[in-house]
Amino acid sequence: MGCIMQLQTQTRPKVISVQVMEDRIDAATAIQFKEKMRDVTRDGPARVVLDLARVQFLDSSGLGAIVAVKKLLGPDRALELASLTPTVEKVFRLTRMDSIFTIHLSLEAAVAHAASA
Amino acid sequence: MPPVPEVASRAPELHLVFHADPDSVRRSLTQMLGLPPLSGLSAEDRGISELVLAEVLNNVTEHAYGDGGGKVAVSLIEGPAGIRCLVVDEGRAMPGGQLPADRLPGGPDTALQDLPEGGFGWHLIRSLCADLTYGRQDGQNRLGFVLPRQRTLSSRDGGT
Repeated sequence: MGCIMQLQTQTRPKVISVQVMEDRIDAATAIQFKEKMRDVTRDGPARVVLDLARVQFLDSSGLGAIVAVKKLLGPDRALELASLTPTVEKVFRLTRMDSIFTIHLSLEAAVAHAASA
Repeated sequence: MPPVPEVASRAPELHLVFHADPDSVRRSLTQMLGLPPLSGLSAEDRGISELVLAEVLNNVTEHAYGDGGGKVAVSLIEGPAGIRCLVVDEGRAMPGGQLPADRLPGGPDTALQDLPEGGFGWHLIRSLCADLTYGRQDGQNRLGFVLPRQRTLSSRDGGT
């Protein structure tokens, strides 16, 4: 497998944000994405914001991996999403998975929301 | 030099054969999106086309072939209603010889640990393409569909 999935994290008092540095989460990287997300969120604040600003393409494998991360975090932690690009937003909407995630327009909005919670 | 054939008057087409595995699918999608007829689409239609083709090719990789892998052939031809696509593989036939029913997994009341991590693919394909057909012929799966221009699909997209 030649494709590498890179994540960049930033921890604030109440929230950890994870930016996906790749332009796609697809069948070639979904498993790697899920494992790296599990690693970077293992400790830290209860609220996790996944910043998808750079992700231009998400297929159903990538969507499944994001759902899997939400399940891994368990009922006491939250996975929220920020900065969905148009095609990614469409995948969430068409599968109705937009109803199980809190989706923020930007990372700043997500962090402000977490700070006020 | 032989005379140049009159290709300019013909609709753009692309024919590609590659190995069905996740890395090759990714590379081939990038290649397809950068060449006619897909390269001429709007950004939105290109995104939709890539999604539909990715879901179809992931299905071939994961279900028709499984771990062994095999060849998959994609033909894209510009037509009046959109881009007509044909995807042919030599893997296992669809269960029951037909396409899976359109069923979206999960629902608003699904418990956290029961949330679906898959099963979205056919719903996405059916939502975003037209004239979907499947046939088994000479040991090959033949999946045909049209990638319409977005304005003709907007009413089915659930958009607001």
